Amino acid sequence: MQVTMTVNDVEVTREIEARLLLVHFLRDVLGLTGTHWGCDTSNCGTCVVWLDGEPVKSCTVLAAMAGGHQVRTVEGLAKGAELDPIQQGFMQCHGLQCGFCTPGMMMTARALLDRNPDPSETEIREAISGQICRCTGYATIVRSVRWAAVAEAQAAAQVTETTESSEAGEIDNAGQPAEAVA
Amino acid sequence: MTTVHERVDTFHDNDQKPVGYGRMLRKEDPRFLRGRGRYVDDVQLPGMLHLAILRSPVAHARIVSIDTSAAEASPGVKAVVTGAMLAQQNLAWMPTLSNDVQAVLATDKVRFQGQEVAFVVAEDRYAARDALELIDVEYDVLDPVIDARRALESDAPLIRDDLDGKTNNHCFDWETGDEAATEAVFARADVVVSQDLVYPRVHPAPMETCGAVADYDAVDGKLRLWSTTQAPHAHRTLYAIVAGLPEHKIQVISPDIGGGFGNKVPIYPGYVCAIVASIVTGKPVKWMEDRSENLISTGFARDYIMRGEIAATRDGRILGIRTNVLADHGAFNGTAAPVKYPAGFFGVFTGSYDIEAAYCKMTAVYTNKAPGGVAYACSFRITEAVYLVERIVDCLADELGMDPAELRLKNFIQPEQFPYTTKTGWVYDSGNYEPTMRLAMEMAGYDELRREQAEKRARGELMGIGIAFFTEAVGAGPRKDMDILGLGMADGCELRVHPTGKAVVRLSVQSQGQGHETTFAQIVAEEIGIPPADIEVLHGDTDNTPFGLGTYGSRSTPVSGAAAALVARKVRDKARIIASGMLEVSVADLEWEKGAFHVAGDPGRSVTIQDIALRAHGAGDLPEGIEGGLEAQICYNPSNLTYPHGAYICVVDIDPGTAQVTVRRFIAVDDCGTRINPMIIEGQVHGGLTDGVGMALMEMIAFDEDGNCLGASLMDYLIPTSLEVPDWETGFTVTPSPHHPIGAKGVGESATVGSPPAIVNAVVDALKPFGVRHADMPLTPSRVWDAMRGQARPPI
Repeated sequence: MQVTMTVNDVEVTREIEARLLLVHFLRDVLGLTGTHWGCDTSNCGTCVVWLDGEPVKSCTVLAAMAGGHQVRTVEGLAKGAELDPIQQGFMQCHGLQCGFCTPGMMMTARALLDRNPDPSETEIREAISGQICRCTGYATIVRSVRWAAVAEAQAAAQVTETTESSEAGEIDNAGQPAEAVA
Repeated sequence: MTTVHERVDTFHDNDQKPVGYGRMLRKEDPRFLRGRGRYVDDVQLPGMLHLAILRSPVAHARIVSIDTSAAEASPGVKAVVTGAMLAQQNLAWMPTLSNDVQAVLATDKVRFQGQEVAFVVAEDRYAARDALELIDVEYDVLDPVIDARRALESDAPLIRDDLDGKTNNHCFDWETGDEAATEAVFARADVVVSQDLVYPRVHPAPMETCGAVADYDAVDGKLRLWSTTQAPHAHRTLYAIVAGLPEHKIQVISPDIGGGFGNKVPIYPGYVCAIVASIVTGKPVKWMEDRSENLISTGFARDYIMRGEIAATRDGRILGIRTNVLADHGAFNGTAAPVKYPAGFFGVFTGSYDIEAAYCKMTAVYTNKAPGGVAYACSFRITEAVYLVERIVDCLADELGMDPAELRLKNFIQPEQFPYTTKTGWVYDSGNYEPTMRLAMEMAGYDELRREQAEKRARGELMGIGIAFFTEAVGAGPRKDMDILGLGMADGCELRVHPTGKAVVRLSVQSQGQGHETTFAQIVAEEIGIPPADIEVLHGDTDNTPFGLGTYGSRSTPVSGAAAALVARKVRDKARIIASGMLEVSVADLEWEKGAFHVAGDPGRSVTIQDIALRAHGAGDLPEGIEGGLEAQICYNPSNLTYPHGAYICVVDIDPGTAQVTVRRFIAVDDCGTRINPMIIEGQVHGGLTDGVGMALMEMIAFDEDGNCLGASLMDYLIPTSLEVPDWETGFTVTPSPHHPIGAKGVGESATVGSPPAIVNAVVDALKPFGVRHADMPLTPSRVWDAMRGQARPPI
């Protein structure tokens, strides 16, 4: 069958088997290997992408079901050379080690910040609770998301108050927002 | 809030070369953040075929017949291969890392559920999986041996009838320590405490499963193999031995690895199948196992049934420790441990205590379960050893009515006793235990926690405080004692400084997320003064890196890290000679500081390492006898292991209505000697603590009586998510290793080793009002509920 969808703002049309999973469509057909596959049961979340802006586990979505919809993957997170604040946060706060769960984690975290720009630690933990990381122990992932939230709040404040930068959310010399260190 | 404490007084020259160490963001992160990591499953080659493996549905059965005709006729199928076909090429069996043999594809019998029986090669993954359904295997089902306690009974079914003369399921016996001396101290002790403990079978379950892409070029006879391996060089040599391919024609590429934790040390049948498939079809072939295959067939961990005994005086002086272990090694002994250490480094079960005698007797058996045995960040079985000693020390504290912290403090090996030879012959290189313990207690607010606990107990609330103090032995190893199938456990390192003063360092070890590209750049930077950003770290490609045994058992920093420091010093020594020519002074008149040599007493006359690099490659004269170029290679053979230690305190709350355990706080103070990148170290500790929560409270690979694996998916094998773990509280002390060139010790597995006993001790402490002295992992609500009712049972 033929399927047409928009992936990272580009429309793609491909001939596929009806049973092809979205994760395999992205990885094997489109070569977007940033989205990973880690279990058979929708437990691990390494395959999380956005379908019309909502995080979904792409191992549990048929490519055909994404036909006519907008898909966004980790490859569509940065704006050209500029990393998304979530990506910067993961780097600054050591929110990744082996990197395998990272794309899915970041897609979920970005979606969280889009609907809740100032999430608490508990809200972040709940948001990523459908995903497994074997390396980090999650604390640095939580810090990474907080870093991005603070950085975005700071950037927004700079846009609205061009006069003087706010002290809140200042980045300390270790590269972390002051709040994340406390 | 994180508290830190650093003892730098014993590390004399740290401040003389402060170039590379300290918190530094990771050089490898940008590609992962953009989805540009390069994992094995990301490898796509032109014309590549896909391989899928048919696995046994039963634990023990004789294979009567296999009919592959329908599978061969299935659309897209290129080949179907059985064990009988491999046997014709003498490839049906392969050696394991413990000098046993393991079936690549079963020929005579299947010996565990999930064992490899046949494989299909097809044009895509789906077609390969479809064809598996069409292979018809007739099994004559046999009684399995599932309970290790039954393995040596006279009427137990024989599992390994493939081994000549084998008449029972005995795998090996092993002992260490002095049995008679231990008996003597037990005989005169005021107090003897004995406790049965089970460390259940668990699984590392890295997020990336195991897999390979094999590409055999029949024209030049070259095999390129991308595979999920923590030890690419050792694998290459073993493929040469198994498959008879010349070693120089095998290139093992281990690209980015999505977590290993020991799961990716062994050679699995699937890798060999992929190689065979590529040779047979003349095409590149990819095999990636699915999650269930990973959980049911690849390297498990633990599965030790232990009895621990401890002898002490009435006032709390520990005299001796004795243990008896029944080790379940599954159907094949696939343990990845140095050959002379069939029980890994379990011999460090005497822990951090200065005792008079110790003895261990171990029996290992075969059962109808998946092979493996050393994995999941266990430091070669130190996980089991530390659990044993830290649990029975707590049992002793309970018996004596002593505080468990006080009992430990009273029995620590003292700083002046190092190097300390244990009663089982291990030479602990350095340690200063009391400050580490005191810092953990201070961070926890230990006395206040005990007061809070007393108040809560009075109200009927269940709160527990658990302590574990560990010493690990990591960095295998001195090659005279330690080898894997005859390959000495040393590691090479090569450093090349380019004409413009940038450098490339090539490692024999392989990161699975530990951040080697950053840490090793920092180690070299510290020694040679080239900024870490200017140093490229290459690893994971046997054609482009020196030989070495790979990354497991926390050995990268202790062994390969030492190699990196020493090769950089070798380059610096050459640079000094070239600098002496450039500055026209003798070598002895030069001083080294932050990447430059200057004339002693005249800092203005100096040349940087970059100046020297250009001169080394330039047209000008070099000092007499000095060749051009600025590079060196070494092979580092450690003189001893390194012995990191740590003090962990866990605080749990248990809901009396549901028996659900919540880890409220976890305080971890680690001492891994010199700290290269504190951010990466903290990350390693966090990950290990999470493993500990998993093992202590959730994870277990269980089997039913027929040998069906009950942990065959992530719906059944529960791994901690963000909701089961607290925000970790970490601290550190620094006691450098005296024999390591930069004083560093391994840290990758410390927290996995140290945290399970702290958590179990906390749960048992919480359950004291119910008279509970011990309860085995995993402490799930139902098992804690049973313990609260006086019905604690072993999990197997």
